[in-house]
Amino acid sequence: MIFFEILLLVFLIVCAVAVALTRQLWQAIIIFMSYSLVMSVVWVFLQAPDLAVTEAAVGAGITSILFYLALKRINAMQEGKKGGKSK
Amino acid sequence: MQLSSVELKLLRRFRKIYTIIAFLVSLAMAAVLLLTVFNLPAFGKAGNPAENEVIGRYIGKGLEETGAVNIVAAVILDYRAFDTLGETLVLFSALVAVIMLLKDEPGVFTRRYRERSQFEPEKDQIFRSVAALLIPCLLVFSIYIIVNGHLSAGGGFAGGAILGATFILYNIAYGIEKARRFLNEKSFLRFITAALLFYCIAKGYSFFTGGNHLPSVIPLGLPGSIFSGGLILPLNITVGIVVACVVYGAFCLFNRGGL
Repeated sequence: MIFFEILLLVFLIVCAVAVALTRQLWQAIIIFMSYSLVMSVVWVFLQAPDLAVTEAAVGAGITSILFYLALKRINAMQEGKKGGKSK
Repeated sequence: MQLSSVELKLLRRFRKIYTIIAFLVSLAMAAVLLLTVFNLPAFGKAGNPAENEVIGRYIGKGLEETGAVNIVAAVILDYRAFDTLGETLVLFSALVAVIMLLKDEPGVFTRRYRERSQFEPEKDQIFRSVAALLIPCLLVFSIYIIVNGHLSAGGGFAGGAILGATFILYNIAYGIEKARRFLNEKSFLRFITAALLFYCIAKGYSFFTGGNHLPSVIPLGLPGSIFSGGLILPLNITVGIVVACVVYGAFCLFNRGGL
């Protein structure tokens, strides 16, 4: 079991670094979503099921939707299409 | 705007220096945080600063005093209910700020809605069928989490978030016109203010009686049954309503600029 926990923690660190290093914002949102999902499993291992439920619902679900909509609202979603409209 | 070669050179040098300084600052920050983590006392050790009479009181007398099996619910909605009221009000004021910033005028809203609605997956038959299967299960699950907050893990915040997500799914799958039948602007504001007012009144009553050492008329009930825990069940429901409304309202305002 301790091996599984270490695996999850390593995945958390990789996700956190990847969010900062990703160029495209919508990819960063998806990586952040997977970070929240893994974090909710870690909460279960830390014996906090209440937090795990909340993290899975709010962190993985609602936050990602709101980030996505905010990006759509400021028209940042075209970035993936071949350079986009810079300048 | 055209930049001269000197300015371009300066700009490039500034960027180089900026990158180096940013790297150093983040490195220093990480070092400070890691040092703090290594100097923390061991997890769960007796004699830690967090180990005081409060924990003993909550674990030993929590069930007897609040009637809730889930001690976390007993702490956040009975002992520390005032904090939860503050958190709920933070959500509410955040929603008010979003309304102030993003709400469109009525004419603008309908025009933009017509412009954008042809690109949305509302007519997608696969998505609609999956949503029709998912929405009832999600509704039942979220209500279960809210209502069982004092018996098992979960409670108002988690259940309310899932309920709001269900409304969002309904809105995406079937369009805002159908979603408006049960949650339009008027009923939305009524729900959220009624929930907050009920929370204030109920908790005001229990603070008044508790602070003056008066007996409370609210029965605690049999621990483990659904109608137990005194005020915790209705407070969970109100928190769930507020969270669901805030989540759904934020989605609608970000998406279209109106409910």
